[in-house]
Parts: sequence; C-alpha cells; structure tokens
Amino acid sequence: MADIFEVDNVSFDYEGIPALRDFSLQIQQGERIALLGANGSGKSTLLRILDALYFPVKGAVRFFGRELTERQIRDDSFSLDFRKRVALVFQNPDVQLFNPTVFDEVAYGPLQLQWSKADLVRQVEETLSSMSLLHLRDRTPYRLSGGEKKRVALASVLILDPDVLLLDEPTAMLDPKSQSLVVDLIQQWKGSTKTVVTATHQLEIVEDIADRVVVMDGGAILASGTPHDILANADLLLRANLAHAHRHSHGSVVHSHPHRHGHTHDHDSHEQE
Amino acid sequence: MAAARGLFLSRPSFIGKTILGFTRGLSEALVSEKFARRSGFLQSLDPRVRLVGVLALVIAAVACRKLQGVAALFLVASFIALLSSLDLWSLAKRVWIAVLIFTGLIALPAVFITPGAVLWTSPALGISISAPGVYSAAILILRVETAATLTATLVLCTPWIQILKALRSLSLPAEVVTMLTMTHRYLFLLMETAKQMFESRESRAVGVLSGPDRRRMVGQTAGVLFSKSMELSQDVYLSMVSRGFHGDVYLLHECRLASRDYAVLLLFLATGFVAVWMGR
Repeated sequence: MADIFEVDNVSFDYEGIPALRDFSLQIQQGERIALLGANGSGKSTLLRILDALYFPVKGAVRFFGRELTERQIRDDSFSLDFRKRVALVFQNPDVQLFNPTVFDEVAYGPLQLQWSKADLVRQVEETLSSMSLLHLRDRTPYRLSGGEKKRVALASVLILDPDVLLLDEPTAMLDPKSQSLVVDLIQQWKGSTKTVVTATHQLEIVEDIADRVVVMDGGAILASGTPHDILANADLLLRANLAHAHRHSHGSVVHSHPHRHGHTHDHDSHEQE
Repeated sequence: MAAARGLFLSRPSFIGKTILGFTRGLSEALVSEKFARRSGFLQSLDPRVRLVGVLALVIAAVACRKLQGVAALFLVASFIALLSSLDLWSLAKRVWIAVLIFTGLIALPAVFITPGAVLWTSPALGISISAPGVYSAAILILRVETAATLTATLVLCTPWIQILKALRSLSLPAEVVTMLTMTHRYLFLLMETAKQMFESRESRAVGVLSGPDRRRMVGQTAGVLFSKSMELSQDVYLSMVSRGFHGDVYLLHECRLASRDYAVLLLFLATGFVAVWMGR
C-alpha cells in the first residue's frame, strides 16, 4: 500500500510551549491507526497538522508525496481536492456546530465542496438516518445533549465520505450506545481503502478501532505496535499515564498492580506486598 | 428556566440573579424559534418580502408626521402580529411595556417644555402641560411602539438563518452574513459558558459577596470568557476550513418569489406610502 501521509521529523509549538518534538510517522492507505496518549501528549496537534490546519515549524508533512505548506493549501484546486479526501472530527463538538439546524450542519461540508444540490438533500437525509439523527434534523445544534452534538459532528464529516478520516476523541462524552455506534462504524471500515486515524486515551476501544497503535508522550512517539502488544505492556501504559497503580485487598492479602478500565486481570500470580 | 428559578427559592444572590439572567436570555431564543415554526401570515411569505415589507412600514412610521397616520400603522403592525400567530399579551410583555417606559422617560420633558396651549397647570409646582407637548410625546411613543412591534414580529416569526439569507440576497456582502451567523451562534455558546461559570461559583460560594468582591468576580469572569472566546473563534474557523470553507458562502435553498409574495410586497409598500402621504 502507498503512503498517504509522511510525517518527517516534525516539531510544533504553541508560543514556545512544545507540542510535537521531531515526530516522524508514515500512514498507509487503508490503515486504521490509534494515537494513544494522555492529555497533552500532542495527539490533537498531530491531527490538525495532518489536516493542514497547522503547519510544522520544523520538518515536513507530505500527502501523497506533496508537501503540505500554507502556500500549497492556498491553491484552490489542491485545497478542494484535499478537503474532499481528508476530514477531521474535532474533540469539542461545539466548535464544529455553527449552523442553525442539524440538517444545515450536515449539509455544510457538501455545500462548501460544491456538490449538486439535487444529490445533497438525499445524502443528508441518509446520513442523518444512519446516525439515528433524523428526528433531530430541524433542531438547533446548541440545544442538543453532549452525545447528540458529538454524533452530529461525526455525521457532518461522514457525509463527505473522505478517504482519510481523522478522529479526535470520537467516543468522549458519548453514552455506551452511541459509543458502540462509533466503534462499529470504524470497525466496518476494516479492510477497506479508508484510512482512519483516531486519537484517544480510551484503552477499551483500541483493539476494535485500530490495526496499529502509536503511543505518544510529551509530543514524541513512546512506542508503536499492534493493539495486542501495546495493551499487554503494562509498564509502557504506566509510563504513558494511560494506566495507574491500583492498590486493593483480597481478604488479608493487599497488593497493587497496573490497572486500566475495561479489561480484566489475573490475580493468581500476584505477590503479597 | 423553571429549574433555574427553583435553585433560588429564597432571595437570589448576586450570582443567582446572573444565572437567571443568562437562562432567561437562552429561553427567549427558544421561544422565538417556537413562534417561527408556527403557521401564520409572515411565516408564509418569502423572507425577502418580510424583510423589505417590514422595513418599508418602519420607514413609513418614522416619516409619518400625523398621529392618526402613525396610529393607523400601529394598528396594521398589531394586526400583522395577530395574523402571524403572536398573541398581543406576549407582545405587550416583550415590547410595548418596555418601549412605553423607556420612550416615555425620553419624551416626558417635551410635555412640559414645548410651548403652546396649556392643558393643565400644577398649582403646587407651577409647571404646565402643553397640548403640543402631549401631541409630540404621543407621536414619538407611538412611532417607537410601531417600529418595535414590526421588528419584533419579524424577528419572532423568522428563523435567524432566513433573515441572513434575505440580507444576503439583498446584496449584503458574504463576509458580513458569515460574521452575523457566527455571532448569533457563539453568542449562545458564550452565554451558556458564562452561565456554567457562574453556576460553578455559586456551588462553591458561601454567604453574600461584598460589592468589591462582586466587581472582582465579574471582571475575572469577563477576562476568562474573553480568552475562551478567542480560542473558540479560532477553533470554529479551523473547523470551517477543514470542511472546505474558503471565504464564499453557499446556501442550500435559494429563495424564489411566488406571485402571492409580489402581491403582499405591493400591499406593504402601498400601505407605507398611503400612511406617509396622509401624514404629510
């Protein structure tokens, strides 16, 4: 498979505060990657750089071999093609919902990308229906619950059917049913040509949404591997602040071990403290 | 709204009053959406006809120099409100009483200082009320009441996006329309954020805040809100860019005028013209 993105030795900072440090990553077409890291590890910054919203202060990012620069993205024909192919779902749905109704919100992207209007209404209806949002079509986004807002934000990007989907904490704020809807969506893209990069710190969904996991800490890669290998490495998860030492007792036996939510662990081999 | 009121069954604190204010603001917005969804006269018209027609009547109310003419326009405005499924009591609460108080205060001196035939003199204070003074105060109040009734009816019966679309189709620059759209959207988001900030303070506050403390708190809250709004506006812009925004505005439904719209527009313009002509 061809490299869609090539992140080459990229550094980025927010007014002197480093967010990414000499970061390198190759993303291939059809890959499902989870960027795993605690808050402030640089996941959201990386997604914005991949979406050509931020540009690195050092290093380069290439999309199908073409470097993403401010000058390049100002070129209308390149920009239109890039925005059709790459889409980002923001962590905070409020920043993504600025239209008067849910219907208008989902129609916004296609309108900007100049889809034919005859097609557009049908597509919006279909997308709303697939995300169980049809009953909210005429509601104002700011009146929705947190979970509903997130689903609308997702729908507003999914309608574009992009080749590359960048998801920033897509299951945060969602109730279990909506969470499984999102996970099912990402799962169904397995084996397709769609590339999905998901930033998350929810370990329990990683095996379902990714074939490769990149663990980030302090703006750099701490480790990379299959979900199984990464999740089995308790020390790594502790170092990346993705698990914590849990101390508890079984009768008179007190012990501690790395703990993360959503998974079971074996008590037989634990030593007494 | 009811829930927020329930929080402050006893005498509301300064923070409590602020939260109630924000909640009222949000509720008002929801009420106007409710009116806009009802079926009625204005709601059935093309938004451009509503905007131009109402604007014509407002100009006529301002240009008309006779009380009878302005009174006739006020009756027309109230009739339009009734036909558009607004009840007069809610209009009185929202518009008429407030306008009467504020414009009344502005017009009050004219009652005493305008020269002309004296209607009544206060023996104790020695000041007189003149007939021309009462006339000019009445015409000013009625003018403002008419203009406010018309604009309130337009805003209550028209979703904000339709007003924006109408403004755009009347050649208002795309940048201005985009700015108004964002302002409307983020006004509510910031109001909600401010409400949550005050709620969080209320949940941790004990006793009554002193004057300086209140001022300090409002200052701090305004500062934090400003920082948040800067961050939000940048993120909103990025999310628009991410979905293909590059300066132009594309609308889904283009407005189309029907023959009924033309007829009503003519009626609006004719009414305004007749009122101005009669009130020369």
